[in-house]
Amino acid sequence: MNNALDMLLVFLVLTDLVLLGSSRLRNAIRIAALQGLMLGLLPLLAHGHGFGWSAVLLGAGSALLKGFVFPSLLNRALRETNARREIEPLVGYVASLLIGMGALALSFGFGARLPLPWPAPSQWLVPAGLFTVWTGLFLIVARRKAITQVLGYVVLENGIFALGMVLVEAMPLLVELGVLLDVFVAVFVMGIIVFHINREFDHIDVDQLRALKEPAP
Amino acid sequence: MPAQGSMLLFVLLGAVGLLGASGAASVFAGGRSERWSVRLGVGGAVAACLAGLGAAALALVLRADAVRTFAWNLPYGSFAVGLDPLTAFFLVPTFLLSGLAAIYAVGYFRPWHGRNPGRFWLFYNALVASMALVLLARNGVLFLVAWEAMALTSFFLVIHDDAADGVREAGWTYLVASHVGMAFLLALFFLLGRAGGSQDFAAFAAPAGSAGGLFLLALVGFGTKAGLVPFHVWLPEAHPAAPSPVSAVMSGVMIKTGIYGILRTLALLGGVPAWCAWLVLGLGAVSGLYGVLYALAQRDLKRLLAYSSVENIGIVALGVGLGMLGVCHGLPAVAALGFAGGLLHVLNHAAFKGLLFLGAGAVVHATGTRDVERLGGLLKRLPWTGAAFLAGAVAICGLPPFNGFAGEFLIYGGAFKALLGSDSVGLGGLAAVIALALIGGLAVACFARAFGIVFLGEPRTADAEQGHEAGAAMRGPMIALAAICLALGLGAGAAVRILEPAVTMLTGPAGASAGEASMTWLFPITCAALASALLAVVGALVGLRRRLLAGRPVRETVTWDCGYAAPTARMQYTATGFAQPLTQGAEVLLQPHVESRLPAGIFPAAAAFRSATGDVARHRLFDPLFRGTANLLGRLRWLQQGRVHRYVLYVVASLVALLGWALVR
Repeated sequence: MNNALDMLLVFLVLTDLVLLGSSRLRNAIRIAALQGLMLGLLPLLAHGHGFGWSAVLLGAGSALLKGFVFPSLLNRALRETNARREIEPLVGYVASLLIGMGALALSFGFGARLPLPWPAPSQWLVPAGLFTVWTGLFLIVARRKAITQVLGYVVLENGIFALGMVLVEAMPLLVELGVLLDVFVAVFVMGIIVFHINREFDHIDVDQLRALKEPAP
Repeated sequence: MPAQGSMLLFVLLGAVGLLGASGAASVFAGGRSERWSVRLGVGGAVAACLAGLGAAALALVLRADAVRTFAWNLPYGSFAVGLDPLTAFFLVPTFLLSGLAAIYAVGYFRPWHGRNPGRFWLFYNALVASMALVLLARNGVLFLVAWEAMALTSFFLVIHDDAADGVREAGWTYLVASHVGMAFLLALFFLLGRAGGSQDFAAFAAPAGSAGGLFLLALVGFGTKAGLVPFHVWLPEAHPAAPSPVSAVMSGVMIKTGIYGILRTLALLGGVPAWCAWLVLGLGAVSGLYGVLYALAQRDLKRLLAYSSVENIGIVALGVGLGMLGVCHGLPAVAALGFAGGLLHVLNHAAFKGLLFLGAGAVVHATGTRDVERLGGLLKRLPWTGAAFLAGAVAICGLPPFNGFAGEFLIYGGAFKALLGSDSVGLGGLAAVIALALIGGLAVACFARAFGIVFLGEPRTADAEQGHEAGAAMRGPMIALAAICLALGLGAGAAVRILEPAVTMLTGPAGASAGEASMTWLFPITCAALASALLAVVGALVGLRRRLLAGRPVRETVTWDCGYAAPTARMQYTATGFAQPLTQGAEVLLQPHVESRLPAGIFPAAAAFRSATGDVARHRLFDPLFRGTANLLGRLRWLQQGRVHRYVLYVVASLVALLGWALVR
């Protein structure tokens, strides 16, 4: 149907897989930034005809935030906390990739069944979006560092953004901008919190937060 | 008269708004000036209660019936408020007692010791506002929101003295009980609204054959607030812990919203099966007896009054149960007398229980203790409080010329009508008569004990000896309530005439005409005749005494001086000792915890006796239930790991599972 769009979606899925398998933090941040930049093109491609102002605005804003602002915020947090450069997974890279493959298959299965109000611009759009959402959630669940979790949050938003393209006719610009602002504030706050957790506990290992759990009676 | 009804509704909503605004203003003023904070709080409360009382009384007289809906953006919700005789009738005691208790609170809390008075006024005014809104609401969502606001504000009032012993635990008990009740109400309104397609009361409909089940939900949910046994466990904890004006409002009017809820549900459901009526009747009899027996065994004055509230709610439930029986079996006179008696007792109980709690508050304020075994001889030190408390005690025992008599008399009337009228309900009538008679007798013993131990005799401790009369702000409301008790007793006929439209709402038009005939003729004449005969006899006795004593020297001496060489206050009856013949018979129910070291030998030295009465429903029913639930849920503790990853994983897993389920299904 739309070759460029399909290529973009394939690229989205591939970056997700790279994120699942990458072991270096800085590398992962770079990949997420690249993903965000490419997604900026999505609104333009999804509407094969007629570049609406809203689509251009949305794409540019999203690319700017996700391609430049978030990575620089995350890199700054990384620098300031002197965290080790490894990702420290709870689930190993190979296992992550295998789970990723399973999730990809599942998202294709779900994507085919999901009833949509409008026909999607590409049959790959919904599965790729779902897969990106799940990748983001998986990064939050299966990685130890707080920074990786912020990263997972950004990827999650990328997935929502991609899924939102289905509804781009219906979803007002304002809603999408609201989601974007939401993520911006979240990343900003999380960056600060990560910094504070680090200062308070000398590490940003979320796993060790369970020392705060109240003891069983 | 819809136009007048709407006008009155606006006045009532204005009163609700004024209450909210004045409470908030009181908090903000409290940071700067204590005096202004109190002025704003009490001024708003009294002004709103006066306006509300006027509007509600007018609505009763005019028989206003109006519903207004305002725009309110909430799913299923609409700001539908309405006035009808039932609402107006319950609004009258709510505003009356709340206004008087607000004035009382000014004296009760002085001095504030540097705490912000807004702490009290914010929650108090919001409590009154939410009670009014509960009564006015004509939409399920609005009703539940107001109901929840009422529970929360009263919770914060209960824990007002949060530093004192046991207050937080009492508050916790109350909060849990409120929310357990709320859970049943949520289910009730959900089911009613689903069948009717809207949460507006006007659209409510019971699915065929489910009226009994729905009424059961209402009975548990509203019965928890009202304090019907066995859902009463929060009452004896929360009332002693709360400041006295709050206890008065909670016991006098807030628990009546539970009764209102049950009656409103009856009106909404249209008709319920007969077993519901029998159930209400039975619960009423059990609550009445249980409450009065436990009240007899209490040492804490306010706990005693709390159990007495359980008893009185039982009497109201007896009346309502009789009314329902009458409706179910087509006996209009029984229905009218039962409902009228129940409703009148609601009004009466608000007056005398409010009065008694305010009196107990004055005693606590004067002596610093609620333990009746440490009081005594207070009538000489607090003559006004003592006289007012005595009036309340006589009223609550159901003795003429005070108001308690009128309500119970109507219920007796309904019970005898049922007993004589028909075989099918004769047993119910008999049970109600027996229960009422037992409750009445025990209540007299209970309040003879309470008044006698606290106010008569000699002070048992230095605390009681140094007691002082309450200030004018506290005295005024007590005297006013005592006067209201007397007025309602003498003018019972007028009171019944006024609540007649509300009774008609519950019985249907056929009930009114039949009931009216028996009520309007017999009732006021009996009440007035008995009351005036009694007043005449008392007057004659006082005159006789004065005549006999005229010209003779009158000497005053110590109480308990009958020939003892060295009388001490410890020779008096104790409260426990006074009640012992009665409580001993009920040991199966009361299960007191007794530790005693009996005197032994010819010259006994030390001996000791200690007894404490817990609550059997709490210890035997709710404690095991809650402990079992906690143990069961404790098995799920492995889910709580303290790892953020796991928690996110739970969320993800359930979302994916839900999505998969929705798509594959």
